[in-house]
Formats: sequence, C-alpha cells, structure tokens
Amino acid sequence: MIIGEQKPLEEIKELIGDARKVLVAGCGTCVAVCSAGGEREAQILASALRLAFQVDGNSREVTEATVQRQCEWEYIDPLAEQVAESDVVVSLACGIGVQTLVERFPEAWIVPGLNTTFLGMPQEQGIWVERCQACGQCILGVTAGICPIARCSKQLLNGPCGGSHDGKCEVNPDIECAWHLIYERLRKLGKLELMLRFQPAKDWSVSRDGGPRRIVREDLRVLPET
Amino acid sequence: MSEANGYKSGSRLEKLLRAGHFVVTGELGPPQSADGEVICQKARLLKGKCDAVNITDNQTAIVRLSSIGSGIICLQEGVEPIVQMTCRDRNRLAMQSDLLAAYALGVRNLLCLTGDHQSFGNHPTAKNVHDLDSLQLIHMMAKMRDEKVFQCGDPIKGAEPRFFIGAAANPFADPFDWRPYRLLKKVEAGADFIQTQLIYNVEKFAEYMRRVRELGLHERVYILAGVGPLKTPGMARYMRDKVPGMEVPDALVERMEAAGRDIPKEDKEARNAAWREEGIKITVELIEQLRQIEGVAGIHIMSIEWEEGVGLIAERAGLLPRPTVGELEDR
Ligand code: SF4
Ligand code: SF4
Repeated sequence: MIIGEQKPLEEIKELIGDARKVLVAGCGTCVAVCSAGGEREAQILASALRLAFQVDGNSREVTEATVQRQCEWEYIDPLAEQVAESDVVVSLACGIGVQTLVERFPEAWIVPGLNTTFLGMPQEQGIWVERCQACGQCILGVTAGICPIARCSKQLLNGPCGGSHDGKCEVNPDIECAWHLIYERLRKLGKLELMLRFQPAKDWSVSRDGGPRRIVREDLRVLPET
Repeated sequence: MSEANGYKSGSRLEKLLRAGHFVVTGELGPPQSADGEVICQKARLLKGKCDAVNITDNQTAIVRLSSIGSGIICLQEGVEPIVQMTCRDRNRLAMQSDLLAAYALGVRNLLCLTGDHQSFGNHPTAKNVHDLDSLQLIHMMAKMRDEKVFQCGDPIKGAEPRFFIGAAANPFADPFDWRPYRLLKKVEAGADFIQTQLIYNVEKFAEYMRRVRELGLHERVYILAGVGPLKTPGMARYMRDKVPGMEVPDALVERMEAAGRDIPKEDKEARNAAWREEGIKITVELIEQLRQIEGVAGIHIMSIEWEEGVGLIAERAGLLPRPTVGELEDR
C-alpha cells in the first residue's frame, strides 16, 4: 500500500493561508491503514486546526469529510458540494488522491496535508517499511522476492557491495542489506546460481525515467478513442 | 596499436603485469579545490615509487577536483594514472562520454567502483544515480573495447577506448562465502585487474585467496593486495570498530598503542613519529606476508593524505627501484 506521513501543523497552516473555510478531506484506504490520513486523523487534524486558529485569534470554519478512496472519481463525487463551499481543501490522501480531487474539482484550491513517502507495508505496530519503487519491470523473480531497487541503498542489480557488514547496509546499521537478505534466502532455497547470473543494465525507460507512465487496456475501455 | 602487440590497453601497468613483475600502485586524493598544483606536488612524491597511481573519484562522496582531470595532470607529471570512476554520480551517457575523453587525453587504466553512498559526504541531500552498478560498468567498458560498441549496442565508428579495466574487491565484507563468487562475476564481466580493500587480517585474506584459486580466478585476473599504514592508535581503533567491511585485528591496534606509550603526551611530534614508524613497520610486514600468497600479483598502497608514505613503504619492503618501461620493452 501507499504509506504517508502527516505534514507538521505549522506547514499545513501555512498552506491554508488566510482561507476562511477549510475542508479537511480524509481517505479511508491506504493512508487510513497507516494512520496518517483516515477518518480519525482527519477529525484530529480538523480539531487541531480549530484550536490553533482560536489561539491565533482568528476564527475559521473547519469541517472534515472522509471518503473510502480519494483516488477514484466515483468515490469523491459525493464531496462536490462541500468542496464547492470551501476556500481550501486539505487532502489527507496520498499525492494521487490530492491530484484526483484537483482533476475532478478544477475550480477548487486543494493542498496536501501529507507527505507521500513510499510503497510499503506495516512491519510491526507503528513501523512501516518500503518495499517497491514501481520500477516498471519487476525483477523479484530472480532476487528471491526481495526488491533491491527499493531496498538496496544503491539500487544495485549485482550486489552486495563492499559495504555490506553483518547483514547491515553501510549507510546505516538500522538498514538491512537487501543483498544480504537475497543471498541468504537464495542459499536456503538452494538457488544461489541465480545470484551468479550477471544482471545487465536495467531498462529505466519503463520506470519514472521514461516520463509519466500510462497503461491502456483496450479490452477494458468503453469510451471511444479521443 | 595495442591489438597488434596483444595488449588490451598498452598501459604501463598492463605491460608490467604481463611481464610478470610484482607491481606497486599508489593512491592520490585530489584536492577539494581547483588547485592543480596540489596534484602536481603529490604526483612528484609518488613518481618512481610505484608503477601507477589511483586517482579517487569524489572519494567518500566529497566533491573534489575530478579524477579524470587529476589523472591528466598526473600524466603531465610523468605518472601513470588509474582513473577511478564510481556509479554514484553519472549515468551511462556521462560515463561513456567522460571515458571517451579520458582515453583521448591519454588515460589507459580505469577502476570501476560502486561508490560510497552520498550520505557519507558533504552533499548528503544529493540524488544518487546508480544507473549502472560496478559490474555493469565493467561490462560496458569491456564491450566498448573488445566489441567496439556503445552500451546501447550502436557501433563506435572511430577509435574505441581501450582501457585496462580494474575492479575493487572487499574480501572482508559480508557474506564472506559469497565474496569469491562476486570476484568471479567481476572477472566474467571483463575485469583485467583487481585491487582489494585494505588488508590487516592476512589469515582471513589467505582463506579468501584459497577460495579464489579454487575458482581458478588467480589465473584469469591480476590481483593487487591493498595495504595502508595506520597512522595513530585512534585511527586503528576507528577502523576496527566503525568502518563497515574493514577488519583490524586487536594485536595490530595494541602494537599501535604500545608504540607511543613511553612518550609523554606533550611531545606530540615524537609520538606522531613513533606511531607512523610503527604503522610503516606493520605495513612492510603485511606486504612480506601478502607476497607469499599465491595469486597476489602486486600491492596497492593506499596512503591518502600522506603520499610520502608510499615511497617509504615501497623502499623498506624492497620494492624499489621500480622497473622503467624502457627496460620492459627490452625484455
Ligand atoms: S523490482 Fe521494481 S516492480 Fe518489482 S518490487 Fe522492485 S521496484 Fe517494485
Ligand atoms: S550494503 Fe547492501 S543494501 Fe547497502 S548499498 Fe551495499 S548492497 Fe546495497
């Protein structure tokens, strides 16, 4: 899922500027699971903003609303009225949710309340970790299901580098060396010969480096070609 | 041409290794400024003390005068450079174009490295590149030389860059069992010579070399064992405890500590001299042990910011004078 982290209150206040009517829009999917932008967090942020504006001595109207998914048009349509009535919408969705709102409500001023940080998973209560960079050409099949693009600090395809030490990455002892993990898993599964294979230079054109990406599935389309 | 006489690059380093000499390489760290004179001075200290000199590429991710630029200055001083290139700062386009230029300007030896992570250096907020990794860089340069093609496969229509291609190996990094196989991968990718990480634990290195010989790699690639003088007990402890992938046995740390023990703290100069003397002594002993290991084709002396050290060590290890190329061609 997509993992995010709420921006500091001060930054959010600055993004709101002097708008009088503020709508805090939560999203009930990924960012709710990582406790950054779900219904609860939207309520908490809205109260915090009300309090902060009160302390500052200028009254504003802060409301909140949460939809199941901010990244699909049919889910955000019910927000239309509230969005139209606000001067600013603080979206607590990931960057995709923010932009879905922007595309659906071109008249509205919409700002992000989160920093979208990575694609990952919860490792334990309160800890989330990165697992994928959406590189467009998945190589998990040769790396024992452990992603060196997301998890090796240098994105090596032929690791581990000379900085791997006791299973940790040279960058920081809190980071596991992805290539050590790959080695250990391949070894246990008797597939180390996969690691002996030279991995050629990666095709980054299918990654973000090729420009913004798009998938078209003709078999699923219903609208005519424009 | 190099091809005609059977050399890959025709560099002095390649010729000496091919002729069976036990080679010595040194290391030169370019300045964090545009002061080329610093490089001239360091090059003069190294001249005649070793066969070729590594020029570091933004070492420890700190911005410095470029390795290629510094290499050219070395050439002008009559010192053969081994230009280092890391994968951290350049993509495949920049690497190829810079290396075409390096070759056109006379550089013949190249060392392909992954590069220290930028978080260690003075621009930790930089975006790192790692478009290629060190193996892919080796492979690219071998294909440019041997197949006359760019990385994309397009033919090189004019002169191709013919480098003597080097790679690094760290026998002390983990997983230890994998390290000989990583070397195998580098050799298969096209490495002609290898320079190792600093060796202080000879026993462990000997075990690594035993496994390397088992794979037959000592006959396919020239392996230069890396050494460097410890300068203070503090440095020895730091390297033992803090540097990932470095192994300094306690006995060596203790020797460094003992060297300065009887000299009063106030006499800084005398203490420093005693430490440096012990550091050199240890290095010379290490070289003697490493030379005995089958498959070690030379020594790489890393004495950064103490370039005089290379000459002192080479002298005392009986590695001077270095053969001249003229002598070589007579053979
Ligand atoms: S290889 Fe690419 S697609 Fe697969 S997990 Fe890693 S980043 Fe994601
Ligand atoms: S230590 Fe491991 S994770 Fe870190 S950069 Fe090297 S190979 Fe990648």
